[in-house]
Amino acid sequence: MKILVPVKRVVDYNVKIRVDKETNAVDLNNIKMSINPFDEIAVEEAIRIKEAGQCDEIVVVSLGPEQSKETIRNALAMGADRGIHVKTDHSPEPLLVAKILEKVCEKEDYDLIILGKQSIDDDCNQTGQMLSALLNRSLGTYASKVEIENDTIIVTREIDGGLQTIKLKKPAVLTTDLRLNEPRYASLPNIMKAKQKTIDELDPSDLGIDMTPKVSTKKVEEPPKRVGGGKVESIQELVDKLKNVSGVI
Amino acid sequence: MSVLVLAEHNNQSLKEATKKALTAALKIFSPAHVVVIGNNCASAANDAATLEGVEKVLLVEDTTYENMLCEPTADLLFELMKSYDYLVSAATTNGKNILPRVAAKLDVSQISEIISVIDNKTFQRPIYAGNAIATVESSTEKNVITVRTTAFETAQVGSSVATIEKIDAGNNPGLSEFIEEKVSSSERPELTSAGIIVSGGRGMQSGDNFKMLESVADKLGAAVGASRAAVDAGFVPNEYQVGQTGKVVAPELYIAVGISGAIQHLAGMKDSKVIVAINKDDEAPIFEVADYGLVADLFDAVPELDKELEKIQK
Ligand SMILES: Cc1cc2nc3c(=O)[nH]c(=O)nc-3n(C[C@H](O)[C@H](O)[C@H](O)COP(=O)(O)OP(=O)(O)OC[C@H]3O[C@@H](n4cnc5c(N)ncnc54)[C@H](O)[C@@H]3O)c2cc1C
Ligand SMILES: Nc1ncnc2c1ncn2[C@@H]1O[C@H](COP(=O)(O)O)[C@@H](O)[C@H]1O
Repeated sequence: MKILVPVKRVVDYNVKIRVDKETNAVDLNNIKMSINPFDEIAVEEAIRIKEAGQCDEIVVVSLGPEQSKETIRNALAMGADRGIHVKTDHSPEPLLVAKILEKVCEKEDYDLIILGKQSIDDDCNQTGQMLSALLNRSLGTYASKVEIENDTIIVTREIDGGLQTIKLKKPAVLTTDLRLNEPRYASLPNIMKAKQKTIDELDPSDLGIDMTPKVSTKKVEEPPKRVGGGKVESIQELVDKLKNVSGVI
Repeated sequence: MSVLVLAEHNNQSLKEATKKALTAALKIFSPAHVVVIGNNCASAANDAATLEGVEKVLLVEDTTYENMLCEPTADLLFELMKSYDYLVSAATTNGKNILPRVAAKLDVSQISEIISVIDNKTFQRPIYAGNAIATVESSTEKNVITVRTTAFETAQVGSSVATIEKIDAGNNPGLSEFIEEKVSSSERPELTSAGIIVSGGRGMQSGDNFKMLESVADKLGAAVGASRAAVDAGFVPNEYQVGQTGKVVAPELYIAVGISGAIQHLAGMKDSKVIVAINKDDEAPIFEVADYGLVADLFDAVPELDKELEKIQK
């Protein structure tokens, strides 16, 4: 069995971003970038499936600028086998990412594709679902537990009301939720080893996909700032304020 | 122009989230149609038919749709979308699961979690955990949109009742099968529609200690929520999580207890009307968004709050 894991390079989750009023965009200068946390969970899951003897090869793929190779190396250092870098100046909208991933799957077949449930920059939460539609495969989003049987995959999903378990036919597309696993740190020897692993390059134009966006961003603004910082000295004062000033209880 | 709203329901009644998504849909075009897909779910369709701005309700009942499995539901919506320009749903887990699959089949992008409708092609949506707001414009005829429900009012019951049209079920591609659902039943209000929420974080130290918050919540008629750390530690189940990647809430009153206020948590609650924070670390970032911050040990403060509320009740 072969697993494909799409990984995105995003602003590190600890960074509080700033909107640049001049360029009307999020200021990405000198900002720490990392692998999207949900994608790290996806890589970890693939590695665990391989360690359980249920997978022969893990391929990671990233769409983005040259630096996306670092994100790929990161996943290779965790334990993925090889990488594919699809060169674009920035990560395109989810539909286009899904179309490119569909082409990647046409070149080589994967029994399982594990994506993150959402990129923490665009917060779209779409790509995995779209890819499953394009490939006409079964879909298990927001996975918190994955069990592979012969031709099926049992997935427990985090849903609004609690947990749902479904059975998917292979080949399948999964997206990860936070509690699927805790990703490992790459060890130094593995970081060294990752440098020897192959990363193939692909150009979207070779894949024959029209990359014209269907949605354009007109403006990016800071949200209205919340005025906080008020303090109370005691529970009595708190209850009094909630009752008599705010009128919320 | 025509708009179809996908209903969120439990096969019995329509969820509040759909009434909010409907309000957003009506800003794009009014009146709208609502589609109720499920099994033995006619009562949810009846609910939808009473709402102001709903012209017609499509009702599709079949065992295939009992649990809203995404593949058959998306296939059906794709067929229905031949007669509509817009597909709108609340950004619930069902909406987020199903709609992108329909969008890809229609060869359009989805616009996720809109917070405002500027015109029928232009929308605002939060990005970077709500630390930036993007105004986006669609260039396609057909559009697929999910709605952040905290940003829209609940649609009200109207003066007339819409017609309900039964639609035949589509094929089940048989790619997936439902096994089970573990849904905790609680007497408390649902997180996403509660007027007051009491949330606990890692500072609570155990699931048992959440009983203190439940007692406070019950006195206020509130829902109980949590930070990711509290869920990861197993204090409470996953559906309690508030935040960027959990539930987004905006109650009248949000009480954060033993929560530090990470970006990802703030993303889910900073639009609450009044925020209270109880934390022993006076530098915790949660205080920056709190209207009323109390620097205290929660194990003293929460029981005291409970007693004080009991006094008011009497
Ligand atoms: C991809 C990703 C997605 C995420 N999504 C979410 C999300 O949706 N929601 C979310 O909440 N988080 C999310 N997080 C996690 C987030 O970054 C924080 O780790 C988390 O919110 C911290 O939870 P906490 O505030 O409960 O814990 P901590 O940060 O550990 O804070 C505990 C607080 O309790 C206080 N405390 C301790 N003991 C006491 C006491 N006795 N009395 C009073 N105060 C006390 C401490 O001073 C501290 O401020 C996400 C992270 C990632 C990477
Ligand atoms: N540029 C990209 N390169 C690789 N994978 C991506 C890219 N963009 C999105 N993905 C994958 O799709 C998931 C969901 O992203 P999104 O739909 O943008 O929220 C991510 O967690 C990744 O697994």
